[in-house]
Amino acid sequence: MVMPVMFSSHVFSEDSDYNMKVGVTEVSQSIFELHMLIFWICVGIGVIVFSIMFWSLFKYRKSKGAVAADFDDNLWLEIGWTVAATVVLIWMAVPATQVMVEAYDDAEGEINILITGHQWKWHYEYLEDEVGFFSNLATSQEQINGEVPKGEFYLREVDEPLVIPTNTRIRFLITGNDVIHSWWVPDFAVKQDAIPGFINTAWTNVPEPGIFRGACTELCGIKHAFMPVVVRAVEREEFDAYIAEKVTLAEAERLLTSKNWTKEELMERGESFYATNCSACHQAGGQGIPPVFPALDGSQIALSDSARHIQILMEGVQGSAMAAFGESYSEVDIASVITYTRQAWSNGKNGDGVIVTPKDIVDYKNRIDL
Amino acid sequence: MSTVVETHDHGHHGPAKGLSRWLFTTNHKDIGTLYLWFSFIMLFIGGSMAMVIRAELFQPGLQIVQPEFFNQMTTNHGLIMVFGVIMPAFVGLANWMLPMQIGAPDMALPRLNNLSFWLLPMAFGILISTLFMPEGGPNFGWTFYAPLSTTYAPSTVNFFIFSVHIMGVSSILGSINIITTIFNMRAPGMTLMKMPLFVWSWLITAYLLIAVMPVLAGVVTMMLMDINFGTSFFNAAGGGDPVLFQHVFWFFGHPEVYIMILPAFGIVSHIIETFSRKPIFGYSSMVYAMASIAILSFVVWAHHMFTVGMPLAGELFFMYSTMLIAIPTGVKVFNWVATMFRGSISFETPMLFSIAFVALFTIGGFSGIMLAIVPADFQYHDTYFVVAHFHYVLVPGALFGIIAGAYYWLPKWTGNMYDETLGKLHFWLTFISVNVTFFPMHFVGLAGMPRRYPDYALQFADFNALISVGAFVFGLTQLLFLFIVIKAIKSGKKAKPEVWEGAGDLGLEWTLSSPPPYHSFTVQPQLK
Repeated sequence: MVMPVMFSSHVFSEDSDYNMKVGVTEVSQSIFELHMLIFWICVGIGVIVFSIMFWSLFKYRKSKGAVAADFDDNLWLEIGWTVAATVVLIWMAVPATQVMVEAYDDAEGEINILITGHQWKWHYEYLEDEVGFFSNLATSQEQINGEVPKGEFYLREVDEPLVIPTNTRIRFLITGNDVIHSWWVPDFAVKQDAIPGFINTAWTNVPEPGIFRGACTELCGIKHAFMPVVVRAVEREEFDAYIAEKVTLAEAERLLTSKNWTKEELMERGESFYATNCSACHQAGGQGIPPVFPALDGSQIALSDSARHIQILMEGVQGSAMAAFGESYSEVDIASVITYTRQAWSNGKNGDGVIVTPKDIVDYKNRIDL
Repeated sequence: MSTVVETHDHGHHGPAKGLSRWLFTTNHKDIGTLYLWFSFIMLFIGGSMAMVIRAELFQPGLQIVQPEFFNQMTTNHGLIMVFGVIMPAFVGLANWMLPMQIGAPDMALPRLNNLSFWLLPMAFGILISTLFMPEGGPNFGWTFYAPLSTTYAPSTVNFFIFSVHIMGVSSILGSINIITTIFNMRAPGMTLMKMPLFVWSWLITAYLLIAVMPVLAGVVTMMLMDINFGTSFFNAAGGGDPVLFQHVFWFFGHPEVYIMILPAFGIVSHIIETFSRKPIFGYSSMVYAMASIAILSFVVWAHHMFTVGMPLAGELFFMYSTMLIAIPTGVKVFNWVATMFRGSISFETPMLFSIAFVALFTIGGFSGIMLAIVPADFQYHDTYFVVAHFHYVLVPGALFGIIAGAYYWLPKWTGNMYDETLGKLHFWLTFISVNVTFFPMHFVGLAGMPRRYPDYALQFADFNALISVGAFVFGLTQLLFLFIVIKAIKSGKKAKPEVWEGAGDLGLEWTLSSPPPYHSFTVQPQLK
């Protein structure tokens, strides 16, 4: 059972299995060179210190009749090695400062992308074009539980990667929605904390197309290991076409709100939304993981209190892991998932069967705005 | 005016019998023993949690525990090892050895001493009990960053806060006692610059504790207010600042790191001079180096936070100040090597652990310098490279220092020599397994595996399997240490007063019988 896993690593031979990634950007390559320089200086010091130590341990063994000398200080020696240590540190600090100044630059980018960390997924928004989307883990729970074989990109794949153009200065504006996350793409040497109430910046300029995989690196709760980052860099023309399509789709999505939805349409859409966004905590069967994640199946709110149901989806629950979905998702998504959870499992036959439509969500928003 | 006639003979005044001896004792040796056994028990509890972590990480996928419980294990493993193992073990060694090293009959404040110890089982009883509560124990990492530890925490976080408060009180009381003892109860003739290095290391450590434990208490109190009383210190939605938490925490946290290593510096200095049969090289530079490390520890805290988004000047300041620490630390390593140079060296178990300490702690120091380099830290931060770094300084660093000290002074405490063959076996198994466990963590970290992950991508599988095997061997090997300690308490070759050849000249503790009388130095010794 262990064997296929143990020998699978050659699949990723383009990445080193034991050293820092060189990466694809100028900054990541400078950082790699700096890392290796500091590493080799440390190795050099280590070789000198450990050689003297182990040679002394070997040469002055009592079992070989060594007699201890009687000295316990030497001022010039002590001054000498203090000065030597200082010189070595300056030797390290100069290139470190140069690379830091190169990497640290918060000027505006040609393209500015707002990255928001959520428990437990990333939201990307292209600020110039006002389109955005969530990026969720695509690895199935069955793979995680070991019920089916693990795929090549186990835990490193998402349903929708962030797409960026090559040879373009891109600025990331990074923030958090709930707890602190951290957005890391090793190939760009970009790692920046996503902190609620703060907007941090980072930038990159990727010279070649490719798919670059990263991770969340600040403990953010139960699914910390399950919110990878995937960035796809494409040529500028392809990127422009991609954005144009995104804008069209977003427009179509907005029109959907005014459409008259049937129960079946809402159920179908709600089921897929639930599977992507809700089932990680509330579970596929709606049984939740009490007491941290309450059950939806048989919940009084899902059975008979549609007003509170809408409110929870829109505002979240203070002091719990339940986030406010109102700002992040369309009216259609919110309405369909509420309708779905009121009909699914045993709720359909035991509850009031209320169908919540996108218009109800719009009405709710209008009331709150007053 | 003294008219009371002393009627009973103090020389035969022994300990009380039964449980009350341990509950009510004010004797520094008894309290030292309590601290040491407490930390030994906590080592196995915290170690078991590490075994759960390593069992889950043996293979990719979720097999043994769910992420929720995994996070509770990483959090409690860290808290217990830091506050329940390393710190109490050092306080235990201080209780046993400081009075005997400075020629004092006991600690200056014996009743306070009893209280400082008995607060600890309370604190850890409360902390560990949360694991059995319906919502589970703390699950936000031992660094408990807000708002994960406030708005998003299980309600048991209140027990955690209370427990941290009690630990802090215990540490502060212990430190007051240590400082008072060192300043007031040294034997005539023992000037500050004649104090044994272990005493110096503890004097500096105790000041660090008094300086930063109230900061820790402050930060958990702010959490308590945010959670229960509607304040918004760390809640951005209420105008607060989640990054403030990290600044305050690490202002405590970085000196805390040195609290966990300075006493080990003192211990290995004694051991290396004993088994090199040559006085420590550069005594005064050793003292100044420890003092410099302690002072610098207050101006480096934000190197734990290079990715939170500080201004360029801030990043550079904390990089330079952190790199400066390499100078006094390097001086200490050079001094230890110079002490061995042209000595007459033998390799008893305490010396083996001390040599390993110097070598492996230095490796932890190298990865520390690498982590100080800000741009490179962007790639290392919060990966297993950091896990490798701090385990190298805390396990073959602090813990090896404690184990070395235990072997070194065990014959003094018990009057019996430990089993040298088993001691060497313990050393070699520990030395090999500690490197098999922690060295590959450098590689998985550099290759990109983040820390605090219950599951990981497939390219990290080989190294993780190896790390887990190393960890299981390391964990099991410590049962051998327990056996060796119990064996030495029950039987063994009788130890002479000086225990180690030539040690009689190295410190006052070696002039006492082995074991020392229940009340030692009732008459102050005179230093030449």
